[in-house]
Amino acid sequence: MTWFKKGKKKDDSPKSEAVIRGLLIFADTSTVMHAEQILKEESYDIRVVSPPPQYRTGCDLCLEFPMVDAPEISKMLKEIGLAPIDVLPLSGNGMKPLQLYKTKDFGQYLMVRAANMKITVDKTTRRIVNISGGGCPDIPYLAHEMVGKLLSEAPEPSVIGFSVCAYSLNMAYEELKKLIGGE
Amino acid sequence: MLLLVGAIPIRDLPLLLGRISLSEQGVMVDGRALEIDRGTAAMITVVCTICQEFGLENPTALVAGDLGTRQGSMKIYDCLAENLSELDVSVLTFHYIMPDIEKNKKVLEKIDSLKKRPVLIADAGSMYVAKAGGDATRYDVFTPDLGETAYLADEKAPHPTYTRGFIFHLENDVPELIRRAYDSKNAARTLFVKGEVDYICQDGEILEKISEPDIEALEAIGGTGDLITGMISGLIYAGKSPIEACRIAGKANRRAGELSQPTPATQVKDIIKHIPAALREVLEQEG
Repeated sequence: MTWFKKGKKKDDSPKSEAVIRGLLIFADTSTVMHAEQILKEESYDIRVVSPPPQYRTGCDLCLEFPMVDAPEISKMLKEIGLAPIDVLPLSGNGMKPLQLYKTKDFGQYLMVRAANMKITVDKTTRRIVNISGGGCPDIPYLAHEMVGKLLSEAPEPSVIGFSVCAYSLNMAYEELKKLIGGE
Repeated sequence: MLLLVGAIPIRDLPLLLGRISLSEQGVMVDGRALEIDRGTAAMITVVCTICQEFGLENPTALVAGDLGTRQGSMKIYDCLAENLSELDVSVLTFHYIMPDIEKNKKVLEKIDSLKKRPVLIADAGSMYVAKAGGDATRYDVFTPDLGETAYLADEKAPHPTYTRGFIFHLENDVPELIRRAYDSKNAARTLFVKGEVDYICQDGEILEKISEPDIEALEAIGGTGDLITGMISGLIYAGKSPIEACRIAGKANRRAGELSQPTPATQVKDIIKHIPAALREVLEQEG
């Protein structure tokens, strides 16, 4: 879905190196995942990072973005009910989610792992057969909602999940779809 | 008392503190059924199985509904901090919960104030928050899988999702991950590292490895780690040392898996039903 047809693109020119970046802090991880999806669709140069220590509870994400876009982004997010609770200038580097994947081919089944989350699908039917790993309470809920369903019909972890574990599961889920095709 | 603590992914499930029973509907706490048989509920089911095998009364549970929105988890932390001194707890297992470093520290402060300190076991979100808060060494047993062991080994990561790439690649060298976790004081005294080979460690040393039977499909099956945490909890409550409990649980889990003849599509409930037979076999072998 596209909210605003601005067509804003990443600035890859050398001067962009000097752009001051900031952090968007949200009330919960679910809002971060939703805002990330929308801002990426709008081609903002954002990335998910860990928040600064004063905002950490132990299960947190926030968005790093170019400060020059702060007014536009804040206005847009407010209009769609995803307003951040704070906007900070970036001081120090936040840690990035692990973007590495491990796959295991069991023959009929394929398992993809991102960080601590694993998802396994039956390659012939494209049905999700297991979800493993994680420590936040939405993970057993996600497993309950997704296991047994086709990749194309299962709810996405980024939509019904709330935790950083759900974020990792979503990465594994997206990678799995890339590998075998889930549509 | 053996107290099992964790959030249950059921919307609007109130805070419940009470004796556990098993019924046809599944796990019951304080007369209320926990309809979802994954996560904390799977762990609880296995603890009850162990207690039955040893003729012990069923444990007590402290649970609340939480789909990841935090409210249920916060009620659990608050209830523990307020009421632990009134409960005679000898073994305390923390499981799925939304991490909250400050609230967890309040619970640990309360535990420090108890006349008799319970054995503390943590897995899942409870283990994440212990490490993120710098409190890992205050626990007796952690039961991480490989991804979680990499998280414990990365002194900078605030959650497994942020584990740095070069540490993620160390998973082919599990002893190095274990060394890093202990050296950075991000491990409990005893670690049971779950993987293709299970490692049982104490005070920084690898004491035992379990690799047989090798059931490849178990890695894909969600909840097998919950079974191990549950077995270790029950066995410690039954009087086994943490190392004995880890060894018996590791072997029984593999044997139960073998008995279930699993594929990567097998569900954890199909393994749970083989635990009593697997446990008896292992206990017999152990003498």
